[in-house]
Amino acid sequence: MDLTATRTETDVQAAVGTAGAVDPVGGGTHRAVGNPVLAATPVAAPVGIVSYDPAELTVTVGAGTRLGELDAALQAEHQECVLDGADPTGTVGGLLAVGLSGHRRLRYGPLRDRVLEVRFVAGDGHVVRGGGPTVKNVTGYDLPRLLVGSFGTLGVLTRVILRCQPQPPSVGWFATALDPAAVRARCFQPSTIFWHPAAGTRVLLEGHPDDVAAQARAASLLPADGPPPRPAGPHQGRISVRPDRVEALGHELASIGGLEWVAEWGVGTVHVAAPTVAAVAAARAAAHAAGGWLLRTAGAPELDGFGVELPNGALMARIKAAFDPHGKLAPGRLPIPHPEREAS
Amino acid sequence: MVCFPETAEQVAAAVTVAARHARPFVARGSGTGLAGGATPVGRPVVIVTTHLNRIVDVDATSRVAWVEPGVLNLDLSRAVAPLGVHYAPDPSSQAACTIGGNLATNAGGPHCLAYGVTAAHIVAVDVVLADGSATQLGGMEPDQPGYDLRGCFVGSEGTMGVATRVAVRLTPDPPTIRTLLLDFVTVEDAGATVSGIIAAGIVPAALEMMDAEITRAVEDFVGAGYPRDAGAVLLVELDGLDAGVAAQVDAVRAVGLAHGARTVRVAADDAERALLWKGRKSAFGAIARIAPDYYLHDAVVPRTRLVEVLQQVYAIAAAERLTMMNVFHAGDGNLHPLIVFDAREPGIWERVNRAGDAILRACVDAGGVLSGEHGIGLEKRDAMPMVFTPDDLDAQARLRDAFDPSGRANPDKVLPRGSRCGELQRVPEGAWI
Repeated sequence: MDLTATRTETDVQAAVGTAGAVDPVGGGTHRAVGNPVLAATPVAAPVGIVSYDPAELTVTVGAGTRLGELDAALQAEHQECVLDGADPTGTVGGLLAVGLSGHRRLRYGPLRDRVLEVRFVAGDGHVVRGGGPTVKNVTGYDLPRLLVGSFGTLGVLTRVILRCQPQPPSVGWFATALDPAAVRARCFQPSTIFWHPAAGTRVLLEGHPDDVAAQARAASLLPADGPPPRPAGPHQGRISVRPDRVEALGHELASIGGLEWVAEWGVGTVHVAAPTVAAVAAARAAAHAAGGWLLRTAGAPELDGFGVELPNGALMARIKAAFDPHGKLAPGRLPIPHPEREAS
Repeated sequence: MVCFPETAEQVAAAVTVAARHARPFVARGSGTGLAGGATPVGRPVVIVTTHLNRIVDVDATSRVAWVEPGVLNLDLSRAVAPLGVHYAPDPSSQAACTIGGNLATNAGGPHCLAYGVTAAHIVAVDVVLADGSATQLGGMEPDQPGYDLRGCFVGSEGTMGVATRVAVRLTPDPPTIRTLLLDFVTVEDAGATVSGIIAAGIVPAALEMMDAEITRAVEDFVGAGYPRDAGAVLLVELDGLDAGVAAQVDAVRAVGLAHGARTVRVAADDAERALLWKGRKSAFGAIARIAPDYYLHDAVVPRTRLVEVLQQVYAIAAAERLTMMNVFHAGDGNLHPLIVFDAREPGIWERVNRAGDAILRACVDAGGVLSGEHGIGLEKRDAMPMVFTPDDLDAQARLRDAFDPSGRANPDKVLPRGSRCGELQRVPEGAWI
């Protein structure tokens, strides 16, 4: 599809204003996350790094900028945004729209904590800016956090300001047979603890090399060559569950034939993949039984993307109507009750 | 009308009664807010949360505490201290302010430079919405399907409902903490040091600046050993693990000396560290010895323009013949110009207010924002158009209306009248192209 026609914010405005339903499209790497968009005209966001001042620890980018391009620019200044997107060909706007936090959330917090300011074209075609360019800011409502994870249903992101940080002086992956809870208790601020009962525990430590080494010794960690392999398979999902239920859920998941999975200990995210849709469906059932839910992230077209009703659905429907009164933006992507339907 | 509910059900009942009588309502914690967010306007039902002050549950494994909104910020950190954790946001008023008020204003504090403001520490909130219904926003799961309603609610200054129970994240205590005091002849040198520290790849736990006037005032008051003749001092706190902190102490010392620091004092023990912080935290007590009244401002500028804006602030004070002191979060560009005056002096309020407006204008012109941690409330409501377009404000008004279609939750705060485009005769659909 040729999306070069929409390359400035004004182009996006024109597309939203003239087309019927629109489908914000980035690198196409998250299309299978959640539900598919119903028939709609694709709209792409502006591309490129608008400004980057390392001394401010902020970077301003067009939402269509590839994650790989952003990472390279930051790396040249020994900084990072901790977006930790899985695919460098994905775009900043796309990753923010689906709101998938990276694997270092345990230490650095969720993806939405990285976004300082958003500019977007709302469903009525107006450009809206929310948040602000400084790291500290309580001027008005927090539209950046609202837009992250909104799946393009409230506005087409055009430009964002992200918070950067210095890269750690050293990083190291470690393996251990220790219980992940013990690892967390013995290490100060581990960045990631991946856990699987059979594959073991993998830990990411960041900081001064002497500290990393001392922490590893204290917790009896052995050097590893990297993170554990990501669960592979045509059908994939991401479970979100209370962190204190991950262990019990893990033992349920272990009994599902063909299912590969790895949990982010202390966070409550579990990545699953399987050769069959049935296995992902079984993982979803286990997630529900543990009080959580499973977001479909790849394949499994027979499954609903979310598998649950949205909490506070009526309030979400009012927010949707407030930003997109005619229901033009990414219709179908999120299971928000349509306001007309709600009213009828 | 003021009520003091002791349970979430009583909060819901109060809001429901207010709804039945079409009365607005406003929640209020300790009343330490500086932007007037909890000030009653238009005969509201005032819901005071100070009796909702229980720490309901502390989960040391998940590092989450459920607390009622009237719990005092410092009481929470004290209560969980035996577990080796603390609640990171630490506003200067932390001995008196409530978690509910912190939530409403998205409060900050010195340690938010490294740890983030309140929004990064709120996991979930039980709320009563304006129609009296109770629900939970956010949750213990890392992600909830749909929009981040918890994120919307934090910092909404009571305009989206009333919090009745808050799940906050607890932060592990750092194994090593070092606190440094650097003193400079000029604020320019101190400002260059701030930028130099960040450029060296260091984000301190806290990075505070005090100018000449306030340093002298504090030293006379507390006797913390601050140099009375300094043009500016920096209080720098570094925390983490031993080797990293040691390397950062050396780096900060080197950056400071390269930019003209006269002395670099590293607190030798916890007692000296506490003394250095006591100086910083006693600033507002110290100024009471100079004049009976003060007006504390709160605005943020890009860190690299800090010194330039500070010079403008001094020029504004000189033009209005006002005493101005500055004690602020330099690391994140969060200025707190403090105008010290005697309200009994005829005509003084006009000058104070004029200076305040000029300071805000200077900050916004430098690419800054209206508030870093105090909020908008009543104080800065009418300044919102300085930083937001009519369309930006309309979007915020619509979000507020989505939460509270009745418009009775703390009305007249945050958004100026006329924020809704409809109030200004909305442009016909399609005409904008």
